[in-house]
Amino acid sequence: MYKLLLSWRYLKSRYIALASIVSVTLGVATLIVVNSVMAGFSDEMHKRLHGILSDIVIRSHDLNGLPDPEWHMDEIRQILGDDIKAMTAAIQIPAMINFRNNIQGQWITQPITLIGVDPSTYGAVSDFSEYLLHPENREQLDFLLKENSYGLGKRERFPVSGWARRRVSAEWEQDAVKTQTDTLELDASDIPPSPFPLVDDSGVEGRGETVAGLAEGQVHGAATQAVDEPQLIFDPATEQHTGIILGISICSLRGRDADGEVMDYYFALPGDDVKITVPNSGQPPKAVSDNFTIVDFYESEMSEYDSSFAFVPLAKVQDLRGMVDVQSGTKSVSTIQLKLREGTDLNTVKEKLQIRFPIQQFGYQIQTWRDMQGPLLAAVQLETTILNILLFLIIAVAGFGILATFFMIVVEKTRDVGILKSLGAPSGGVMSIFLGYGLSLGTVGSGVGLVLGLLFVDNINIIAGWIEKVTGQEVFDPTVYYFNQIPVIVNPVTCVWVVLGAITIAVIASILPARKAAKLHPVEALRYE
Amino acid sequence: MSSAFELTYPKSQQPSVSSNQTLHPRLLQAPVVLKTSGVTKSYRKGKVEVPVLRGVDIEVVEGEFQAIVGASGSGKSTLLHLLATLDRPDSGEIYFEENRIDNLPAASRDILRNRYIGMIFQFYHLLPELTALENVLMPVMINHGIVSYMLQRRKFRKRAKELLDLVGLSHRLKHRPREMSGGEMQRVAIARSLMANPRLLLADEPTGNLDRSAGDEIMEIIHELNSNYDVTIVMVTHDMSIAARADRTVRLAEGRVESVSFQS
Ligand SMILES: Nc1ncnc2c1ncn2[C@@H]1O[C@H](COP(=O)(O)OP(=O)(O)O)[C@@H](O)[C@H]1O
Ligand SMILES: [Mg+2]
Repeated sequence: MYKLLLSWRYLKSRYIALASIVSVTLGVATLIVVNSVMAGFSDEMHKRLHGILSDIVIRSHDLNGLPDPEWHMDEIRQILGDDIKAMTAAIQIPAMINFRNNIQGQWITQPITLIGVDPSTYGAVSDFSEYLLHPENREQLDFLLKENSYGLGKRERFPVSGWARRRVSAEWEQDAVKTQTDTLELDASDIPPSPFPLVDDSGVEGRGETVAGLAEGQVHGAATQAVDEPQLIFDPATEQHTGIILGISICSLRGRDADGEVMDYYFALPGDDVKITVPNSGQPPKAVSDNFTIVDFYESEMSEYDSSFAFVPLAKVQDLRGMVDVQSGTKSVSTIQLKLREGTDLNTVKEKLQIRFPIQQFGYQIQTWRDMQGPLLAAVQLETTILNILLFLIIAVAGFGILATFFMIVVEKTRDVGILKSLGAPSGGVMSIFLGYGLSLGTVGSGVGLVLGLLFVDNINIIAGWIEKVTGQEVFDPTVYYFNQIPVIVNPVTCVWVVLGAITIAVIASILPARKAAKLHPVEALRYE
Repeated sequence: MSSAFELTYPKSQQPSVSSNQTLHPRLLQAPVVLKTSGVTKSYRKGKVEVPVLRGVDIEVVEGEFQAIVGASGSGKSTLLHLLATLDRPDSGEIYFEENRIDNLPAASRDILRNRYIGMIFQFYHLLPELTALENVLMPVMINHGIVSYMLQRRKFRKRAKELLDLVGLSHRLKHRPREMSGGEMQRVAIARSLMANPRLLLADEPTGNLDRSAGDEIMEIIHELNSNYDVTIVMVTHDMSIAARADRTVRLAEGRVESVSFQS
């Protein structure tokens, strides 16, 4: 009983000791904030990566791919059975994109990764559809240009796109051609200015409008039509080429306007045409190209993907590259992607597949999504670990502060120890007074730290805003991170560990002084003045 | 006042303290509470052994008021600490109610100090963070675990208040030692020493730090405890007038009992 009373009274009468645990408080708060932010970041990254990458990818080493995907998929189905939730075949090849810059009018060429996907199954193996800008495409992908309404629910200030843009664009193009033929002299400055606001502008009116009868255009260039009727004149106002979905950063840049507001500049928009050049499947490969119409943007917010991925229908790539086996008529693909049942162990699945498709025979690379992003995920993990170690060292340093303070307090309380012993308090009891004191200091310190940390995490975006205002410097630059908010995840288990760790350090730091107190000779202690 | 009858022994010879013919008649049949035989204690100062007690034999009977006097540094406090089992003698034996206590294990000595032997000191030795009442409650708090204490809390507080009332401090329950005079602090200390209802009260110059009148008040309380409540008292003192009222006065010199005198 006396132990509790005395620990409590010492705690109340010695605020200097509270000062010694401010470092514990700060350490705990920092640890919680750092862990929450890191967890937020890595969770966001995991989600994105996993979403983009699908669970398991079987990739042929050869660009011309694995022949007869149907046979492969049947084999895989036999091996994995019910574990498969979805499966799709795709082609992934390097390509060049070539399009006219809206803003300055010159042509832009960029390397991209062209991905031929099966629209009906590709959405099921990953979160691909979630990242599309048009709400209808998010529901069901069809590679057809939509009237407008791009960015609805995602990028609210997205410029006019789709058919609405295409029609005006075609008209303007005709005018330009007319002007050109009329004057017989072509001068770039004569080209009338683009009728569109070229950057996304606030309050675009008429978004979501549909023009009756024109909601859907015809697809031009789809094999059947183009071959049979070569004379048919392509009308850009009502027809589209094969659809292509571009990673949003391929044709946009994020920057700041004169006022420092974050702005997106679009070089091309859904409704515009682009040229894609790919190596064909010949020996050696030759470049083949075709026109595509941008039907949507893909925004995964992972800059690596957003700046290189372009999606087109699988069949189109196969035709373009000539990936057809002349004898059997089967078309090859370069990857097969799997989505597995929740909780399936990816590595065992990987091993099973590796046994079925041995490298010597097939030359396929079989990877889980973690393998593919291994270095990145490992780096994030390492960063978190190092930060945790460093911050715990800070708390350990705080432990030495507690140790010193406690020694002082024990010296100061020498006489009290003598008194307690003369009243029959056992050494263990005296020791537990000081241990209890350390425990309560640790508890108070880390408790306050926990509350502070959680408050900070809860309001981290507001706090970042204040800091921005005060220092004039952006804490969390969305042009760099692609997140508009700092992502945080508070993991209760981590919090418990941090708090327990801090309390343990405080208690450990009080063990030596407490032992010293317990060992004091009562007579010496009583004579002590 | 009463005159003291004094016996003097040659220094080399051990006094026969067991002959209690000259004790007050009311104590003649009383059982022995405390008894030492040949107790020695020396302190080390560097390599030199400094003998403080060189063989002390004393005896205390139930209900007795015994005074221990001697020059400063003669080992009075050291002896008292040995009696209270706060320290162990180098040789010799100490008996408390016929049980040898000088070689008890630490746990038993803690219990002995907690329940059977009360102590008061020259410098009061109250715990500064606690109120008067809490200081008085300290022995029972040490004796009882939290549950047991809480269950009997009312009873304990009642007794503590009664004791503070006995020493005339019922108006100072919530005061901290810092807010009290020396005399008041010593009275709290007395109340605390009685809390566990001990068989023996050891006092080390309880008036040594007090002015005359405060010291007299303390002595009145101690005498009252001895005569009205039959508390056995061993008191170290400088003050010959206090010693004069004791049933028996032991004079220490050079680590030995120089003389024993009885009140007639
Ligand atoms: N811890 C110690 N170390 C060395 N000498 C001590 C110690 N404690 C007491 N002494 C010495 O023992 C002697 C007796 O001390 P003490 O019992 O306090 O005397 P008294 O109470 O009679 O004045 C003194 O000379 C003192 O200096
Ligand atoms: Mg002394």
